[in-house]
Amino acid sequence: MVTVDDVWAALAEIPDPEIPVISLVDLGVIKDVEIEDGKVRIEFTPTFMGCPALEPMQRAMEAKVDELGATAEVRVVLDDSWSTDSITPEGREKLRLAGFAPPTPRPVGKLDLVQVQRATFRCPYCGSTDTKLENLFGPTPCRSIRYCDACRQPFEQFKTL
Amino acid sequence: MEPGSERVSERADLLLAIADDELVLGWRNSEWTGIAPFLEEDVAFSSIAQNEIGHARALYELVAEELGTTADELAFDRKPEEYRCSPLVELRRLEWARTIARHWLYETADEMRLAALKASDDPEVAGVAAKMDREEAYHRMHAEMWVDRLLSSDEGRARLSEAIDELWPYALGVLDEELRPELRQRAEERLGRKLPEVEPVPRGVHEAELAELWEEMTMVRRSAPAGTQW
Repeated sequence: MVTVDDVWAALAEIPDPEIPVISLVDLGVIKDVEIEDGKVRIEFTPTFMGCPALEPMQRAMEAKVDELGATAEVRVVLDDSWSTDSITPEGREKLRLAGFAPPTPRPVGKLDLVQVQRATFRCPYCGSTDTKLENLFGPTPCRSIRYCDACRQPFEQFKTL
Repeated sequence: MEPGSERVSERADLLLAIADDELVLGWRNSEWTGIAPFLEEDVAFSSIAQNEIGHARALYELVAEELGTTADELAFDRKPEEYRCSPLVELRRLEWARTIARHWLYETADEMRLAALKASDDPEVAGVAAKMDREEAYHRMHAEMWVDRLLSSDEGRARLSEAIDELWPYALGVLDEELRPELRQRAEERLGRKLPEVEPVPRGVHEAELAELWEEMTMVRRSAPAGTQW
């Protein structure tokens, strides 16, 4: 008999399609897992709405549950429940090790350009905080580009959402 | 599906108008991919386009559920004249000052419209609007950064000014009548000058450029009908 814990453990093995060092569970995008009459119901929400990997992620979750000998019903929920504050501490550490500066905590109130430009990001390569915002946008919707003045290396930062 | 027809609820009509705005503007923004004045803007406009089209998809899905259709059918199977987008997003603006003026005017109007949707009694609409707004915050920061940059030189200020004046009637047409005075107030405060008293270019009329864009946007879909296996 498959348990909710088995399902969470299995989902924790699914890498994010764009940043494979971090799993869907680390990202905090799995909202809920329920088992009813042997059927596994998973609710998940994308990080960004223009995510092109929604369907592959759904299929990956179904396949993982299938390996456990059960059937999954994956529902995509578009609400305001996810923010970058939902990324787990383990997930943040994995991002850092892979060369991504993890997102800063969401400020109380409105996020604006002044905060984004000032927010101190530690360079994931040399550890210096002498870094600056190069581009609000990056190669995928979740990333901005920063530049480290200490080691002269551009690096990617997970946007605070 | 005729705009305002009996078949479409007020909710569907409103969401469709916003979805069409986001889809068409997303398409227009993507026209900078590969040819923006510098690499950072190539990346920025491409990323903004991806977000806008993602928002359109989410809104089309809400409407599709209500009308018993699909997001793709709503996005691609209507005739150009059935789209509910505002003429502001239809214009093909391959000139930088006008692109920035449209970007800033649209994002400013969109922020006001999203604030109203976030306060909606309909939890699905409020949820989607709030999720969209998190992403739109970055579009606004980007637009504000460019307005600052253009206002910082005489030439930039003059070019932005001319573009804003040209697009101002279109910008007013993005919003319902009751939100227009606030848009004027925000824009005048930011630009430090009065904007002309003009008749808004309303939703429902279309620029010739929309039909051209529609041809391109729906070409693959029309050549390979739904259900085609690749």
